[in-house]
Amino acid sequence: MTEDFQDIWAFLAESPLLGLTVTLVAFLIGQALWRRLGNAPLAHPVLIATALLIPFLLLTGTDYDTYFEGAQFIHFLLGPATVALAVPLFDQLPRIRELLLPITVSVVAGSLAAALSAVWVGAALGASRETLLSLAPKSVTSPIAMGIAERLGGLPSLTAGLVLITGALGCLMAPLVFRLLRIHDEAARGLALGLSAHGFGTVQAFSSSAAAGAFAGLGLGLAGLVTAFLLPVALPWLASVGG
Amino acid sequence: MLLGLTLLLGFQLLGEVIARLFGLPLPGPVIGLALLFATLIAVGRVPTGLRTAAEGLLRYLALLLIPAGVGILLHLPRLQTDAVAIAAALVVSTGVALAVTAALFQWRWLRRGRAGRAEDDGD
Repeated sequence: MTEDFQDIWAFLAESPLLGLTVTLVAFLIGQALWRRLGNAPLAHPVLIATALLIPFLLLTGTDYDTYFEGAQFIHFLLGPATVALAVPLFDQLPRIRELLLPITVSVVAGSLAAALSAVWVGAALGASRETLLSLAPKSVTSPIAMGIAERLGGLPSLTAGLVLITGALGCLMAPLVFRLLRIHDEAARGLALGLSAHGFGTVQAFSSSAAAGAFAGLGLGLAGLVTAFLLPVALPWLASVGG
Repeated sequence: MLLGLTLLLGFQLLGEVIARLFGLPLPGPVIGLALLFATLIAVGRVPTGLRTAAEGLLRYLALLLIPAGVGILLHLPRLQTDAVAIAAALVVSTGVALAVTAALFQWRWLRRGRAGRAEDDGD
């Protein structure tokens, strides 16, 4: 106990070990709380972990770059995880083949509606151009959304946060929208949840039924692909809206 | 497992190279995803090692999102400036996306085979 706490802290604050460990600890706490709260979308482990880590960094005076020195080891795996989405998508191939036309029409229309309406409303209310470009891919699963935001000239880390909020929002709004529009079909509900609320929506759909969950996974994967391919094409149009 | 992880990284690498080579406005990992999907369709099945690696990574996808999510703290001033616009954009577009997707799909699908579906499930 000869070493001063301040010296120990000075060591830890400079080492990637701290950023990595606190991220894992925050996630484990988030997971435990989420289970206890019955998998409620607002108590999603990522939201809890983020809500724990931000005050921790602010209170300890750790800047984001220092934290990221350690957290980057986790962050790096987002790339291969994005590629890995091909596997669950391939598992849905029989479904895609069977319902090719309805799935294509709904996913293309839904993905464009999600991106364009976000940019249009944001622009109408005076959001800055960078905010608009970060908003555009926010319905898509985070790894893809961040890649799109970066390519469009938005702020990937802002997009990451907006994606998480969108996920929780989609789960909260879905029952109301489905009731208003009389969407009673499990497949339609699942597809819409996966498309508009990515991983959050997929979890919620699976808790409703396996069929809804499968279509949600399909919606998540296809919306990611469709948005990544279509948004850059729609960009000139978006830019004219954003000014 | 190791072979699977190598395949995933290899497809990502290929995606990054193609994106830069052709100046595509697409994220490299998304091109890797599309290429792997096409390859799986051609091969007709998922090799066991690839499935193990892919499902292992996707099981912890939520954890992988945290470092980027925490980055929102860099944008707190921007969030305050654009708070109303961002909140309205998120709510409206999420509602629109849910409605457009679900309504189009239900309509299209039911038109093909409307064999005895309940008019309203009343939940």
